[in-house]
Amino acid sequence: MSAKPIQTSMRDALGEALVKLGEEIPELVVVGADTSGSLKLSVFGSKFPQRFFNVGIAEQNMVGVAAGLALAGKKVVCGTYAVFMPGRAVDQIRNTIAYCRLDVKLVGSHGGVSVGPDGGSHQALEDIAIMRSIPNMNVIVPADGFSTKKLFTQACRSVGPYYVRLARPSSPAVYTEDTELRVGRAEILRDGSDVAIIAVGLMVDKALGAAQSLREAGVSAMVVDSHTVKPLDAETILSAARTTGAVVTAEEHNVFGGVGSAVAELLVKTHPVKMEMVGVNDVFGESGETDELMAKYGLTEKHIFEAAMKMVKQK
Amino acid sequence: MEAIQFAEPNRYVSVERLQAISRQIRKDILEMLSEAGSGHPGGSLSAVELVVALYFAKMVHNPLDPKWADRDRFLLSKGHAAPLLYAVLAECGYFPKSELKTLRKLGSRLQGHPDPTKLPGVEIPGGPEGIGLSEGVGMALAARLDRKSYRVYVLMGDGELNEGEVWEAAMAAAKYKLDNLTAIVDRNGVQQDGLTEQIMPIEPVANKWRAFNWNVIEVDGYDFEQILGAIDEARSVRNKPTVIVAYTTKGKGVEFMEWQSEYHGKVPDKQTVQKAIEELQKR
Repeated sequence: MSAKPIQTSMRDALGEALVKLGEEIPELVVVGADTSGSLKLSVFGSKFPQRFFNVGIAEQNMVGVAAGLALAGKKVVCGTYAVFMPGRAVDQIRNTIAYCRLDVKLVGSHGGVSVGPDGGSHQALEDIAIMRSIPNMNVIVPADGFSTKKLFTQACRSVGPYYVRLARPSSPAVYTEDTELRVGRAEILRDGSDVAIIAVGLMVDKALGAAQSLREAGVSAMVVDSHTVKPLDAETILSAARTTGAVVTAEEHNVFGGVGSAVAELLVKTHPVKMEMVGVNDVFGESGETDELMAKYGLTEKHIFEAAMKMVKQK
Repeated sequence: MEAIQFAEPNRYVSVERLQAISRQIRKDILEMLSEAGSGHPGGSLSAVELVVALYFAKMVHNPLDPKWADRDRFLLSKGHAAPLLYAVLAECGYFPKSELKTLRKLGSRLQGHPDPTKLPGVEIPGGPEGIGLSEGVGMALAARLDRKSYRVYVLMGDGELNEGEVWEAAMAAAKYKLDNLTAIVDRNGVQQDGLTEQIMPIEPVANKWRAFNWNVIEVDGYDFEQILGAIDEARSVRNKPTVIVAYTTKGKGVEFMEWQSEYHGKVPDKQTVQKAIEELQKR
């Protein structure tokens, strides 16, 4: 490992992927809601102006327009900040996109408290729970720019509704340009036998850091990137639970309804093990720098480390 | 009587024939609601002539090929008027009329609110108000991208105009100058809780749409000459979407239901429905 890892931006990756996909898929269109510069949807818009629609600050209409385009045979990407979509448009997502299994990829950026100074109003901590509970919806939470590009591209190439949740800040690369990733298949990033850390998003890099510290403390930790939250890779997660007998989940989301819940729902029915959830404990965020907020809301390497040690001791 | 050529854009169907079809559709609506025991008679009966004019006289479509790429699209945004849409689709031949009596029953393709994944001829899912116009905008944009000449018609309720999304979609339609999009407002004056002007006043309806840069046509919703004329005018207007504000009567055709919010979402007992059907025949 190099001393200073490459930083990647999920949003830049989204823009790059969109331009490539636009060339590859003629029926691909993009709908934005006045945040298309921020989400890099505008990169697609500059390249394919006829196939890009900015509907202004109107998330419900954005999703409705996306549904209409999809019903007329288009493959549609629409996105804005996750607090607004799904937030503002849950009904439209449920009753059109998911209900009719439309070919629409919904991108919710600015998930979690890592949004920073914009404060709690802009830090989505419930979006995974919302989207996970809607039938037909697939949910993906990439860990870095490379995985964003790969997983989003696969989602676009397949037919049907997807929610892809991104984080605002640039973050250390977990993968490389060449890593093979597959939607629906969790990545085992590190093998281990004492505890399994199942993480998503920015928490994956932190899980890897925690695993290193755990190694130094004599604990062998497995690290799994469960980027596809729905459908969950039950096989990999179950096998991780069987191998280690203790699980820690880590996500930048409310501990209610997110990845921790998804893993718990699976394990409680199949192979119950000691389990701890690292996440936001059912509170809203606030203004502050990303690192300050991650620390305050319990989303650091140290928190994962402590949760893992606790689980190992309780085994 | 000669079969109507639905795929023929310039077909002629007489007003007398459209009136006869409308009578039949009203009867079908009442019978299927009676059989179902629940549903929404008021807003189904109010808009019969508007939908009949589109499907039988004006829209280009093919009941034998419901997914025909060049078909005109009819989007029932006021999804609770499902019985009206189903009766019309069955009358056109999209599915057997005998299936109408399965409305709202377990396993039926005729869901309480329309489901396009189940029933041929249904274009959008219905239920929550205010989404249809957005979907219409999306389809009209797709038609333009694909250089297709099909038109998109969206039927909305007047209570539905309470929904903010309608006006988001109205702005978008004007921005993109969607002259292939026609909205129709079933202005029957009654919503579930009472009169629209008491629950949430929406007047001046026509001027609201004008202010949103739409072409506005106001018609008597039971005068076929006016309805057909408005649809033709909408087809000829360039660079602007058109809305047809149709002044109608909730529960039209059944005297005790007319103007009654009570019958927005309630079906009377079978005996009363039978009387209502007899009343229809006399008109």
